[in-house]
Amino acid sequence: MNLLEWLPFIVLIPLISSGIVACLPGRFWPWAFTLLAALASAVIAALVLPEAMGSELSYPFGNWQPPIGIEYRVDAANAFVALLVAGMAALALPWAKASVDQEIPERQGAFYALFLMALAGLLGITLSGDAFNIFVFLEISSLATYAIIAHGRDRRALLAAFRYLIMGTVGATFLLIGIAFLYMMTGTLNLADMAERLPEVSDTRAVRAGLAFIIVGLGLKLALLPLHLWLPNAYTYAPHFVTVFLAGTATKVALYVMLRFIFTVFSPDYSFVVLPLSSVLMVLAVAGMFAGSWVAMFQDNIKRMLAYSSVAQVGYMVLGVSLVSAIGLTAAFLHLFNHALMKTALFMAVGCLAYRAGSLKIQSLQGCGREMPWTMTAFALAGLSIIGVPTTAGFISKWYLILAAVEAQSWWLVGLIVITSMMAVYYIWRVIEAAWMTERPEGATRLKEAPLSLLIPTWVLVALNFYFGIDTRLTVGASSAAAEALLGVPTGGLP
Amino acid sequence: MIEFIHPSLALFAGALLLPLLRGQLQKIALVGIPLLGLALIALLQPGQHGQFEFMGMNLVLGRVDALSMVFAWVFGIILVIAAIYALHVRDWIQHSAALGYAGSALGAVLAGDLLTLYVFWELMVITSVWLIWRNDSGVSFRAGMRYLIIHAIGGVLLLAGVVIYYQTTGSLAFDAIEVGGAAFWFILLAFMINAAVPPLHAWLADAYPEATITGAIFLSALTTKTAVYTLMRGYPGTELLMWMGAIMTLYGVIYAVLANDIRRILAYHIISQVGYMVCAVGMGTVMAMNGAASHAFTHILYKALLFMGAGAVIYMTGKSRLTDLGGLYRHMPWTFLFFMVGAVSIAGFPLFSGFVSKTMITEAAAMDYRSIIFLMLLMAPAGTFLSIGLKLAWFTFLDRDSGLRPKEAPANMLLAMGLAAFLCFAIGVYPQPLYALMPNPVDYNAYNIGLILKELQLLLFTGLAFFLALKFVRGKNVMALDVDWLYRGGGKWLVVALRNSITAVNRQTRVHVNAALGRYGRSVDRRHGRDGKLARSWPTGSMAMWTAILLASLLVFGIRN
Repeated sequence: MNLLEWLPFIVLIPLISSGIVACLPGRFWPWAFTLLAALASAVIAALVLPEAMGSELSYPFGNWQPPIGIEYRVDAANAFVALLVAGMAALALPWAKASVDQEIPERQGAFYALFLMALAGLLGITLSGDAFNIFVFLEISSLATYAIIAHGRDRRALLAAFRYLIMGTVGATFLLIGIAFLYMMTGTLNLADMAERLPEVSDTRAVRAGLAFIIVGLGLKLALLPLHLWLPNAYTYAPHFVTVFLAGTATKVALYVMLRFIFTVFSPDYSFVVLPLSSVLMVLAVAGMFAGSWVAMFQDNIKRMLAYSSVAQVGYMVLGVSLVSAIGLTAAFLHLFNHALMKTALFMAVGCLAYRAGSLKIQSLQGCGREMPWTMTAFALAGLSIIGVPTTAGFISKWYLILAAVEAQSWWLVGLIVITSMMAVYYIWRVIEAAWMTERPEGATRLKEAPLSLLIPTWVLVALNFYFGIDTRLTVGASSAAAEALLGVPTGGLP
Repeated sequence: MIEFIHPSLALFAGALLLPLLRGQLQKIALVGIPLLGLALIALLQPGQHGQFEFMGMNLVLGRVDALSMVFAWVFGIILVIAAIYALHVRDWIQHSAALGYAGSALGAVLAGDLLTLYVFWELMVITSVWLIWRNDSGVSFRAGMRYLIIHAIGGVLLLAGVVIYYQTTGSLAFDAIEVGGAAFWFILLAFMINAAVPPLHAWLADAYPEATITGAIFLSALTTKTAVYTLMRGYPGTELLMWMGAIMTLYGVIYAVLANDIRRILAYHIISQVGYMVCAVGMGTVMAMNGAASHAFTHILYKALLFMGAGAVIYMTGKSRLTDLGGLYRHMPWTFLFFMVGAVSIAGFPLFSGFVSKTMITEAAAMDYRSIIFLMLLMAPAGTFLSIGLKLAWFTFLDRDSGLRPKEAPANMLLAMGLAAFLCFAIGVYPQPLYALMPNPVDYNAYNIGLILKELQLLLFTGLAFFLALKFVRGKNVMALDVDWLYRGGGKWLVVALRNSITAVNRQTRVHVNAALGRYGRSVDRRHGRDGKLARSWPTGSMAMWTAILLASLLVFGIRN
């Protein structure tokens, strides 16, 4: 069996396992089985990536040849994202055990089954080469996500999940409407086929409206300002493990789908000329960078602060896209990957804190740096990455973003990137200051250091942040290959 | 077979390993690691090693050619000697810092590009400052801070220069700096700070006498000589350096004659001796460059020897001022002997190492028809001999009995001094191996009648003058003002009035600014704080509204065309 035959199993393994996990009793077996499934997916995704770097792989389902049958079509762009999603799941799961045991003591089988379904959905979106299939997987992952967010211990998690459900459904519906418009005009659902047939009918209102619906629909899933309003609450009140996983994957996959539509289905010449996408995205991205960082600077709850920071980071990625250049897209993909690393690390550290401290208010964490040194050091180091200090992964993506801005002669963007990085310094510093520079208040309970089962995965993620800040071969190589695949032209030797 | 192992790697690993070891094991490691480093240096093959891409910049960790090898060798040798000398010290912080410091200096010397150089340059500062701080006195802490600040400024200058250089040339390769403008001057200034070129020299005479006894050996050997290496690499034939160097030789000597603390005297002599090298770099002829390299080599050995001798005296007596010492030769005969070898080496007596390298520089000046420089370089050794060979030796070891009854220095110190003294003598007698190391082929023989006579005349008449004027040159317990007076607060009375008025204005402004900031902060917090407009949990309807607005605007744009 060659590698191509294995391709669908990236999605099928978690999908099928979710059914099995739902039936497993107790606390250990659901988790262990989930971990195995995620690991298997990640390994296959890692094997597929080098294959997909040069050429497009296509797997027809049930041997029905596309465009009639459903196909999985994999090039560098989605192989990279699939590896990110599956890899993040595999890295987050070892961390999950202790945290989930504490937060969701009962019926873990159902929880992990839903998690696997969300994972399968995200991977399905990424790999599928069929527009309707993308919608279906989007719904699968979204519904499962709403359910696992609602598992949060705080009662407000229910409301947050409900809001997310409404907004997510609006987004998915918009996507469906957009796809329907395109299907109406082209008569095909296969993305590659659609791309071929679109130029004939491109000058119609239906196609333009279709693109607009798709952009807005995905903008919602992506949490692009001002469509981000579901995100802070969902991230804040979800179980910590869910936040850890979603922060690294959900918005990233939505961004990938948006890029797929903008660049492959419609050509960039079309999407950026007919709709004023470049300026719209740039304005929203910059607004997101500022508003997200600005609000994060004033948040009391660390998790909510990081959630707003995510809104800002999405802004960086979209900014890279809006520059419509090879370097810009590379920067977007790099930040997509690196942001997953740093946000996951940060949320993991926060999860460690929550495991011991209970409250995540900054005031209640005063002086905890001395009592939980490993946790807070991990937080500080991952914070360096989000600030963009050299030798961290965050620096690499910001560096490429700045290169892209310079290439586009947009010096003001460079200034804005630096200013928002300074804002990141501020909101990370608030936590550091509370943790180390202030004394533990009198009478506060003493905190124990988080257990090793939480600390080790956290530190692995922190180490990865530094590893990918120094050895950029994999990330920059895959990102520029992804940009190349989307633009359809060789980017030449990127610096 | 691994082709290239960076010697610094062994030293850095050793620096990390040392704190984990105890007792005898630590001592074995302390000598073993430098020996390992020396072995790795011996194994280096010429060429460019350890190249890798970092963010589009081509970095070279190991550039091994004749010039860098001269310095690598001598750094390796002195590291072994100084480690032996420091064996009795029970302070792993010092040992680790020293190993890290030597590793950084080696890294800087082997760096093939400016970025790597910068990284090691900064590492040198942060490792070496511990050698000053660990002397554990308020004075040494403050001296260390001043040392740190000045080198931090130097580091920033270097970084700025490197960035501008990269911008203008697009390359980071560290060869002769040939662009004009800011890059040239920034980098030169940074190198000059480390080479202690006046008026940027004051950190040296300020910090080295306050260093720990063993730390001073490393300090005297590494920082300034790394700077000499970088100058040789980057700025050969820069006329300015020639004049600065010649001035340095005399400047250092004059201050050395005035100083009273034995290690401060030696520190000023570093400035003077480095002046020879800087001057030679400035001349830039083949012979001058050879002279600079060989003088750096011999200088490191005899200067370390002198610092070791002075250190042994301080260690055994606890006194460091000439006015407090005297008549020690009876009690510390070996120290006295080794110290004298160092003294005659630095003065340039025939048969000792200083002679074979220093005369190469003066001859280079002569052959280049630079008569003023030649005379300045000729004058300096007289002062050197006067202050070290005669004044320092006389008032420390001979002269009237000071009443001190110290024991002879410990065996490890004597062994280290003996090794250094042997090398000083061996190079003086048989300089060919040293010459063979030089970056360019050497066609020079120091031992001809003219040169020997010239040097001997000079030195012997100096000796005569010293004994005739003995009572005038006695060390005095006064402080000689140097440039560091400007930043050491010696002129505090000048500043006090200014400070008071500035403080008053400052306080006023701060009160106002703080009040304004506070008002602003409260209003921002009201509007944007936890429940500010942007941070509120908006009702679902408003989210839907935003979606509709965005869609509508896109549709309007899209359908309009």
